[in-house]
Order: sequence, then structure tokens, then C-alpha cells
Amino acid sequence: MNALVEPLAPPAPAYPPHARTYRYDEVDREFLQERIAEFSGQIERRLRGELTEDEFKPLRLMNGLYLQLHAYMYRIAIPYGILNATQLRQLAMIARRWDRGFGHFTTRQNIQFNWTKLEDVPAIMRALAAVDMHGIQTSGNCIRNTTTDEYAGAAPDEAADPRVYAEIIRQWSTLHPEFTWLPRKFKIAITGAPHDRVALQAHDVGVVVRKNAAGETGFEVWAGGGLGRTPVLATKLRDWVPEEDFLAYLEAVLRVYNALGNRDNIYKARIKILVRDLGPDFLARVEAEFARMPRQRYRLDPEIVAQIAAHFAPPPFPRLADDPPAYRDALARDAAFAAWARQSVRPHRQPGHASVTISLKPIGGIPGDCSAEQMEAVAALAERHAFGEIRVTHVQNLVLPHVRQDELFAVWEGLRAVGLATPNIGLVSDIIACPGMDYCALATARSIPVAQMISERFADLDRQLDIGECFINISGCINACGHHHIGHIGILGVDKRGAESYQITLGGSATNDAAIGELVGPGFPYDQVTDAVETILRTYVARRAAGERFVDTYRRIGPAPFKEALYAAAG
Amino acid sequence: MPLLDEHGRAVADAWVRVADDAPLPEGPAILTAARLRAEDLSGRNAPLGIALDPATAPEAVADLLPRLSLVTIALPKAKDGRAFTQARALREHAGFRGEIRATGHVLPDQWRMLRRCGVTTVEVPEGADLAQWRRSFDVVDIAFQPAQDSGSALGLRRQRLRVA
Repeated sequence: MNALVEPLAPPAPAYPPHARTYRYDEVDREFLQERIAEFSGQIERRLRGELTEDEFKPLRLMNGLYLQLHAYMYRIAIPYGILNATQLRQLAMIARRWDRGFGHFTTRQNIQFNWTKLEDVPAIMRALAAVDMHGIQTSGNCIRNTTTDEYAGAAPDEAADPRVYAEIIRQWSTLHPEFTWLPRKFKIAITGAPHDRVALQAHDVGVVVRKNAAGETGFEVWAGGGLGRTPVLATKLRDWVPEEDFLAYLEAVLRVYNALGNRDNIYKARIKILVRDLGPDFLARVEAEFARMPRQRYRLDPEIVAQIAAHFAPPPFPRLADDPPAYRDALARDAAFAAWARQSVRPHRQPGHASVTISLKPIGGIPGDCSAEQMEAVAALAERHAFGEIRVTHVQNLVLPHVRQDELFAVWEGLRAVGLATPNIGLVSDIIACPGMDYCALATARSIPVAQMISERFADLDRQLDIGECFINISGCINACGHHHIGHIGILGVDKRGAESYQITLGGSATNDAAIGELVGPGFPYDQVTDAVETILRTYVARRAAGERFVDTYRRIGPAPFKEALYAAAG
Repeated sequence: MPLLDEHGRAVADAWVRVADDAPLPEGPAILTAARLRAEDLSGRNAPLGIALDPATAPEAVADLLPRLSLVTIALPKAKDGRAFTQARALREHAGFRGEIRATGHVLPDQWRMLRRCGVTTVEVPEGADLAQWRRSFDVVDIAFQPAQDSGSALGLRRQRLRVA
């Protein structure tokens, strides 16, 4: 029984005027309504028995609906991780009305609700559509939400704006007639900056937007990366694909994969296995397909690029100078603010501005969780201080991309009031963790409580700062949703004869020096993982040279000292 | 097995699938590639077709296509989507103009996409609700990308699909 009246969809949401999200028009909105009608019909056919569960499953997955341990999980697309304040408020409303008052931001820059009732899904879909959102292609063997740099349009090192091309990929891949029944899921990441903030090489396809000397746009294309049971780093296919051939080249990659990818064994079905097995022949096949396809049909029209780019034009920044007195004084006056600013405030290309990273990793909290009240507070802060725009990061935090430096103190106070000012970005308690056995039907071990234990052990900020940059990633099963392979310290929970066992890998990296971590030795039981992490970090602190991060020391001295510290006593 | 044409109408199926060791019927016949190559069929007037299995690339039978009026493609399971790429390649690379028929475990929800990839007809299960097949085709009529049903370069110009 629910006495509430469903909110009516306004004809056009009143968006913050300057937020640079892609703005739907009536065609985009009509499409969403059609898709809702289609999925509602599919649910009815399943309930009438006209579709078997096997037939229904891929259809519901392609609409973002998973069956988990306790309930359905509904995953909502946040295209390339960009939200406006109106949308974030609506997510808060959904969390409060149809979930348990919170949502969970994911490494794919999406949000998921873990306590969804099937009968509520059509109403949730309509509430999402009211703010131009949906769950389309957030699961299933199709092209998923494209991820990008959370500092896009703000980062000083950006050569070209990846959001424009991420939106182009979104449109091109939406209900793609040929690539909706792929061998396995397909994830694309795109960046426009030389510094890789998107884990490019861990994706099925990774794209770097570039400019050449003539000022033309082109794309460096990588393929065949992926984590899961068999972690593989991507292979570079091309240094340069001209802009007009962008979609044609992606088509060529997908065509080869759809025709030849393994369909017999789910663990060998990702493109990474095909790229690895075919070796240089994979690229040869892609190039042959690209060479013979009628490229005119797939040509990306510069006019369309310009139309889409207009959605992402810079907001109307005021002309300001860097390091205004108000900011300098606040830093000098308030040590807690200064500690937060050191971790959370990043340089911006526009003088007098900064990007702010909001930690969703409070000490002892659940990584990526955000309450409805917190979402509303962030939405209000974004409206007041950041042109109404919010980003979701692939390490499960949020970003306010464009904040005036003289308003940083006010932002911090606003965040602190709702428990969102933990100054731990990039430190050991800024942990990526999958939902694990607390929610996920696939998991073989708990993941969230391990993150909570480690976070509590290293709660002391001075100690975290002393340890410095160190990424701990935790997965509760071999599918690696917690990206453990590319954490500096990776933790993988497995089931070992009925007990949870946690294997630790060291030396992984998700950025330009991408690497798959190496297994340090036998796994640890649940109640000894935190001690093991402590031992690893003590070893690092004892052996580090000046200025070395954990991963630098590991690369210099290798695994032996860590193995010895971890296993000598037991041996 | 009922057959739906590109307008969503149930139509009679004149084609017969012929095993390699069976005698040729008088009417339209679907043969294997091996038989099409091995047998002298030059004197035959009735149309010929081929059954393409999901693992065979259309290029492998490109030499046969000019003589054929029908190619069947198959979805062994609904989620096995190789047929989508085969159909597109038949149209786009091989220039095949005849009938492409989808067979196997096809869901009504896939038909629109098969059509966009160049498929003309689909075999539906005995007793299927044909009205549901039509509804599934019509329910989403906006497309974002070029495909075989769009004649010219569209590159992200959204278009409205219609049952012809």
C-alpha cells in the first residue's frame, strides 16, 4: 500500500541553467517513453509466461535489472558520470521512496539501488525519465555506459574534450541493431588527457582523443583490456583514427568481435581473450573490415560533432585570479579545511577555480554509498557553487568540477555538515570495493566489511598522510568488479573449502603505468586481512626511499621483502 | 512454421530445406554450400537458397551468392547474436539483394534489430502470437545510428523507423 501519488513528469525538467549535461530534446524523450513501454510489455509477458526466465533475463539485464541475493538491484546509467543537480535530487527521491534511503555509486560511474521491488520498476523508470535518465544498457551483453575523466572540461592537462565523443558513443551504441547480442559485456572508456584517469587499458576499448599539429581531432584506439578471471591489459590498435572515421572504426572492432568472440564459455567470451588469442591477426581483421566498409555511411559529420559539442561548452566562468585572499586566509586559519583541501581540491584550467573531489569513503563506511540527504546536499552545493553540475568517479567518489576558489571554504562547510568532508582522497582509506557477499549473488566472499575494517585500522589521518598515495581495491569474487588487479594493493575474496580466503596482489596500477598486480602468496582468512595490509604498509614505510609512493617502492624492491614480512613468522 | 515478411504479415513458405543426400524438389530449395558447389545446377529454373550456419562468414560463400535468392541465418540461442553481423555483411559487403531469413530461437524483441541489419523474413514458432511480433517491432521506432534500413549517411541523425 502506498498512499503517495506518483510525481508527474514535467514536460521539460528545470535544469540548472549552466550544467553541461547533454540536454534531451523531444525525440530523446520520446525514445525513453518507447523504451519504457517496451520493457513494461516484456515484464508483462514474463508474468504471463510468454517469456521463459532464460528469454527474459537478457531483456531485463539490458534495462539494468539484476536479481541479487535479497532483492532486485536496479542499475541506473549516468552517462560518462555526469549529472546535474535536478537529476541528483531525483535519485535522492528514488532512494527514499523505493529503496532504503541510499544509493550506491559504482566503478562504472553509475548508481545502483540494491533493494528494488520488481513491481516498482515501471514507476521508477518513469521517475527517471522525468529527468532524462534510465537504466538502458547498464547490464547485459551489449555496449555499456561509456566512462570518462571525471575532470573533463576542467583539467588543465586536457587536449580535447572527451565528453563530446562519449555522448556520440552513447547515441551510436543505444539499441545498436548489430551489437546488442554480443558474446559478452562491452565497456568503453575515453579520455582527452595525457594523464590516464579512466583506467584506459582495463577496458574492452579505450580511446584517447587527440589533436594533431594541424588542430584536427583524432583518436588513439586500444582494445582487449579487461579484468575478471583473466586480467589482460589492452593492446594499442591505432595511434590515429580521423574524427570522421571514429564510428566506422568502432564498428569494425565490434564486427570482428561479434563474429568471432567465444560464445561457448562465459569466461572466455570477452574481447580480451579474442585479442590475445588472435594476436596481430586481430588488428589485421579490424583493419580489413575498416578498409572495405562503406565509410560514407558511418561517417561522423562535423556538423553533428559541433551540435553535440555545444552541449559541453564551458560554463560562464567569471574572470578571477588564482589563490584569492579568502582561500589563502581560510587555509591558514583552519587546519581541518587545509587538510581536506590538500586531498580534495584539484587545479582547474580556469584561473580562480578548482575541481573538488567529494569522498564517499568515510572511515568505516561503505565505499560508494550515499544517502538521500547527502545527495540533496551535494545537489544544493552544486547549484550554489558549481554551475549545477556533479560528476561520478570510477573510484566511487563524486566531483564538483567547477568551483570558485573563494567559495571552497563554504563548499567544505556544506560537505562537512552531511559527513562528506573526509580528507582521504588518494589515501589508503579511499578504497574501491564491490558489493560482495552482502548483496551480490555471484560473490564468494564479503568485500564491504573488509574495506570497513581496513578503513578503521588506518583511520588516523596523519598515518594515512605518512603512507601517502596508495590505492586498495577489493573484489568479493573472481569477476573483479572491485578492480583488485589494478589496485596498488589488490584484495580478492574467494571461497576456500567453505571459508572466506583473501588473496593479496601488489603493484597493480590503473593509470599510464598500467599493470596487473602480482599475487604475493597464499590467501589470508577474513580476520587476518587487515593485519596483512598493515604488515605490507609497515614494510613499505621501513623500506621506502625519499619521495617514493608505495607502488614505486614495490617496483624497486620487488615482492620478496613483502613476502618475507607476511609469511616468515608462519613459515 | 509460420513465416513473417518485412511488413509483419504471415506469408506462405515456398522453400524446402534439402538434405545433401535427398533428391532435389521441383520448387525453391535450400541447400548446403557443399552441394551447391558439387552439383551442376545450371539447368535448374527454380530458385536456390543456402543455409548459413552461425560460424560461417558470408565471404566464405560469396562465390555462390549471385545464383541464390535466399540465405537463411540462424540464432541457435536467442542470445547468440552472430546472425546480426552475418546479415549486415551479406547486404553491405556481398551486396546480396535476395531474401535473408532469420531462423532458430528468435525473440519478437529482436526482430526490429534483425530487420535493421538487413533481414527480410523471420520464422516464428508454431502458435506464436503474431500480434505480439508486430507490437515488438513497432514499440520503439526511433533509431540513433545508420544501418541497412537507412539508405544514406546518417551518422547520428536520429530517424524514425516504420514498417514498410
